[in-house]
Amino acid sequence: MSSLLLIIVGGVLVNNFIMSQFLGICAFLGVSNKTETAFGMGMAVTFVMAIASLFTYFVQRYLLIPLNLEYMQTIAFILIIAVLVQTVEIVLKKTSRALYMALGVYLPLITTNCAVLGVAINNTTAIEGGYNLIQSVVNGTAGALGFTLAIVVFSAIRERLAIGNLPKWMEGFPGALIGAGLMSIAFQGFAGMIH
Amino acid sequence: MSEKKSLRSVFMNGILNENPTFRLVLGMCPTLAISTAVSQGIGMGLATTFVLVFSNLVISLLRNIIPEKVRIPSFVVVIATFVTIVDLVMKAFVPALSQSLGLYIPLIVVNCIIFARAESYAFKNPPIPSLLDGLGMGIGFTLALMLLSSVREILGSGTFLGMQVMPAAYHPMAIIIRPPGGFVMLGILLLLVNAIVKAIEKRKLAKAKEEIA
Repeated sequence: MSSLLLIIVGGVLVNNFIMSQFLGICAFLGVSNKTETAFGMGMAVTFVMAIASLFTYFVQRYLLIPLNLEYMQTIAFILIIAVLVQTVEIVLKKTSRALYMALGVYLPLITTNCAVLGVAINNTTAIEGGYNLIQSVVNGTAGALGFTLAIVVFSAIRERLAIGNLPKWMEGFPGALIGAGLMSIAFQGFAGMIH
Repeated sequence: MSEKKSLRSVFMNGILNENPTFRLVLGMCPTLAISTAVSQGIGMGLATTFVLVFSNLVISLLRNIIPEKVRIPSFVVVIATFVTIVDLVMKAFVPALSQSLGLYIPLIVVNCIIFARAESYAFKNPPIPSLLDGLGMGIGFTLALMLLSSVREILGSGTFLGMQVMPAAYHPMAIIIRPPGGFVMLGILLLLVNAIVKAIEKRKLAKAKEEIA
């Protein structure tokens, strides 16, 4: 139980995907103009990342390792994620109209979100022999929640920046990156929480 | 003659006009994550260049065979194949570099630059220009990584490629090689590049006006 708690705190705060591991920066910079869309993206990533952790665990444990095909991991995982994202999109479209309306537009973008592939690979290498099933899913979900936290907070900062009186040469990416840097300093403060 | 010239412009495009890091702002994750040391910047840049060149070439050769509807999964398979090759080769020949780049080598698969070039260039153009486009983009990315990692290594550790370059009295600013330093330094470099590009454009415009007058 304590190991799970450690994974959660580590994923959400200490090893935050965006602020300390630089995973999913494209999505972070791309859809953080508005808090609403940032939250939608965060939720979509959480959803996909939890399922991806589950599926990649089974593929790694019962397919790649028994067949000695670990070197095919990258190809196998990225295909699983691509198929998964498509499937989730179709299933949501048919079953839950409301959820599809909320998350649908973000789903195609997630295939190339490196955080999803990153967490899947991380699950297999984080500790000797990889995380077990529950740890993998918890790690994926916690990481995604950390992603959501960072992107929502950042979008709030950017909303203020957009109406603020920024020098012309700071507008757009330079200003956003420097803002993200300052936010990252705040996240560095969590570094001492776990060893 | 004109064909030769256009091939050259295809190649230079990735280095200057559409530099993936500074002009297109793509592939930010590896850029920020591995630019703490120059050797890592060069390693990551060359690995990405290799994948870009060969995936562009193969996708361009297959562009008439791959149906429009399944092009994205096909790109993924082609790109992932070359990334696996790079990963295995680096593990075998440069284990130390492979260890320090770690997770970011398999993550070349989801580097947006490679997808963007496959989708917007290689799928629509013949093999030779596609290959040159990949090479230009790859070199542009490598140069950008070298620039950022040089600044970060010199200021953050006082070294360049592992050699001490700053005087002994200099206290390295450790924050520069931590994640916040990555964001801020990239922001500052982007800002400088934007300013330079604006100045060049202004001069060009003034020159054009002068010629008209």
